[in-house]
Amino acid sequence: MTAIIIILVIIAALALFLVSIYNSLIQLRNRVKNAWSQIDVQLKRRHDLIPNLIETVKGYMKHERELMENITKYRSQAMDAGSVGEKAKAESLLSGALGQLRVQIENYPDLKANQNFLALQEELTGTENRISFSRQAYNDQVLFFNNKIQMFPSNIVAGMFGFKEEEFFQIEDPKEKEVPKVSFS
Amino acid sequence: MWELIESNRHKSILLFIALGAVLFFSGYIFGRFYDYEYGGPIGVLIGLTLWLILSAISYFAGTKILLSMSGAKEVTKAVHPQLFNVVEEMKIAANLQHMPKIYIIDDPAPNAFAAGIKTENAVIAVTAGLLGKLNRDELQGVVAHEMAHIVNRDVLLMTFAGVTLGAITIVSEVFLRSVIYGGNSRYKSKSSEKGGQLQLIIMVAALVFAILAPIMARLLYLAVSRKREYLADASAVRLTRYPEGLASALEKISDSTYDLEKANSITAPMYIVNPLKKKGMKLSNLTSTHPPISERINILRAMQNGVHYPSYQSAFQFIRNSREKILPPTASLDRVPLVMKKPPIGWYAQQDDKKTKRTSGDLIMQLNDFSFIDCSCGIKIKIPPEYKHTNIICPKCSTKHELPAISKS
Repeated sequence: MTAIIIILVIIAALALFLVSIYNSLIQLRNRVKNAWSQIDVQLKRRHDLIPNLIETVKGYMKHERELMENITKYRSQAMDAGSVGEKAKAESLLSGALGQLRVQIENYPDLKANQNFLALQEELTGTENRISFSRQAYNDQVLFFNNKIQMFPSNIVAGMFGFKEEEFFQIEDPKEKEVPKVSFS
Repeated sequence: MWELIESNRHKSILLFIALGAVLFFSGYIFGRFYDYEYGGPIGVLIGLTLWLILSAISYFAGTKILLSMSGAKEVTKAVHPQLFNVVEEMKIAANLQHMPKIYIIDDPAPNAFAAGIKTENAVIAVTAGLLGKLNRDELQGVVAHEMAHIVNRDVLLMTFAGVTLGAITIVSEVFLRSVIYGGNSRYKSKSSEKGGQLQLIIMVAALVFAILAPIMARLLYLAVSRKREYLADASAVRLTRYPEGLASALEKISDSTYDLEKANSITAPMYIVNPLKKKGMKLSNLTSTHPPISERINILRAMQNGVHYPSYQSAFQFIRNSREKILPPTASLDRVPLVMKKPPIGWYAQQDDKKTKRTSGDLIMQLNDFSFIDCSCGIKIKIPPEYKHTNIICPKCSTKHELPAISKS
């Protein structure tokens, strides 16, 4: 009798242990998903900011018509993109064009003194940072999740329920990784 | 980040058991002092009631009290867009679900603190002096440090540790005063019947304990507080991927000659630098809530193998020249050496003073008797004057360098 009770208690404890590991795996995977959706939220934020930027800059930068048109074009491409690949491509083109704009603005001292633009500058920096931090956060969450999957004893539970390692976010366009080289002398 | 919270729970449980045991024993022994036979449980009950009342107050109104004591005011984004952006960036980097509320303290002393027991109603407060003094990257470092206090649940830990410490202090104080100023008539009437040696021992022990308990509890509390500061620095660097931001912010803060007006010992552990101590002092003693600021800066600047936790750990050991593990054990799970960010060239072109900062950092080290060795792998090893060994191993390529003895002269 006592032997049966002891065995039952051990089984119950083991089950509880497995359930807690399973739950923490689910929790970590949800965080990965949540972090992934954050990237989209931040990209959308950038899309919303662009018309405002173009509006402010347009009057000053008469010679950069083509660049502005490109920015508008990439923005709508990114917004309409169907597949993840297309979207990533349009977003990286957009980042590149915005980087170019950032460089060109240095040639327009009047614009740089404009109050609206100064405020916008902070918003743009904030937006670019949000995008890069949301990617970073996603990679961090993937790291934690993958760690958990690889480590004992959670690797057993992960194997039992078919948890797979998530992929890290990598920037495809090497240009976007690079910090634009600008000299302001 | 999330891995660390787990180990924090274990750590906080240990701290609570230790502090709780002190409180429990204080109540018990003080109770027996007054009534040898039945006093113990009553004393324990009094101690626990006090603890419950204090806990309830700080749980339900703690943040409000803290904010009003520090003179902080909630602000909207229009007041300081950059601060809002930086806080939100760090919220995203920490993968936090809720945006903390933002408060500004109208004080010229540069400082900042975090509050809020739950992450849902967290608060980050910064002084006006801080906003005036720091550039965007430095502000980001400070905000990341505060965000780390929130995510690592330090606010919760230090609040309840503080409450328990408070209860111990009050109980001991009241007991000592009552012994000194009020006669203990009950003891006298009982002593004739029960007067054994054991009773005398308990009485002496109670008096000794009343003096020592608050001191011991405080030292324990402070040791934990300092550890949490190191961890918050390490987490901040992991969030921003840019140690120089926080390092140069700390440097600017320590250069300030202002003192924060509305700070006290209860709020002190939550600030980025200790608001109560004269700045710039080398405090290697046990009575500070924060590690010495110069040491924190040196550790951040010594991070050369990426910005993950083990890198902070080895920088700490290098600067302190010790084997001490400052971060929770789970920090070693952070195995990928994350790449340090380059000094950002963003929409702010004017922030190009990073390189001069680093050279001035080297210069300061030089003035502080640091010696430098250029390793063949390209990094510059900075050796503090306290370093006693005759050789040093390059943290990057593991080449062994002999130290010339003349560098000390």
